[in-house]
Amino acid sequence: MPQNARPLSPHLQIYRWPLAMALSILHRATGIALAVGLLLVVWLLLALAHGPESYATARAFCASWLGLVLLFGWSWALFFHLCNGIRHLFWDVGKGFGIAQAYRSGIAVIVASLVLTGLVWAAQGGAA
Amino acid sequence: MSAPGMDRSNLRTPLKDVTGLGSAKSGTHHFIVQRVTGVALVLLTIWIVGFVLALVHAGDYAHAREMLRHPFAAAWLIAFVVIGFWHAQLGLQVVIEDYVHARWLEIASQLAVKFVCAGAALAGVIAIVRVYIGQ
Repeated sequence: MPQNARPLSPHLQIYRWPLAMALSILHRATGIALAVGLLLVVWLLLALAHGPESYATARAFCASWLGLVLLFGWSWALFFHLCNGIRHLFWDVGKGFGIAQAYRSGIAVIVASLVLTGLVWAAQGGAA
Repeated sequence: MSAPGMDRSNLRTPLKDVTGLGSAKSGTHHFIVQRVTGVALVLLTIWIVGFVLALVHAGDYAHAREMLRHPFAAAWLIAFVVIGFWHAQLGLQVVIEDYVHARWLEIASQLAVKFVCAGAALAGVIAIVRVYIGQ
């Protein structure tokens, strides 16, 4: 396609990333990751419906090194997407569009997502 | 309200109002459903995080199944799975619309996303119902 040969205006790799842009991209990225994570939820439910062996296999995967890394990533992605989604809902009703406000809410979203992730992993700490 | 087409503060013609549903022919429907499912998921997610933590602490298979036998738990889980995949499909649809420019590939991936989301949601619901009725 000749479309590919056309010159482009300065793009992502040219600009210094403002916070809002990074968070917007992260919102999409975490959304895609969570869609995949939802498939794991269904796998766990199917395992639970299928029988003790299947459930043990699913739990063993979750407790494995790879499983824990994925679960940790998904838990943060979930809290980030949740908090940033609430930020988007405020924008949808026309609140918080000021540049200083958007920076503050963006930082609040990052901090809240990290705190919530830490709390959840601390809460599950006692379990196997 | 004035009769259609008689509102002089509106420069759009009546024809434009009825045909003005954009290239998707569904107006703001996608946007609104994305928000409604998003708000629902805020509430459902808060509950599901607590439920999953309880499930992790419950440990064994029998106890985990017992937790899903509670009608409230089964109902919220079904809502979470269905609305979660609904929201996911709407979001992935926009990502594909934005980044996949080859027409055949766009249609193929849109169909794949819809089928996988619908299929996984159905599988999840069936699994929950099976545990709930104790089969």
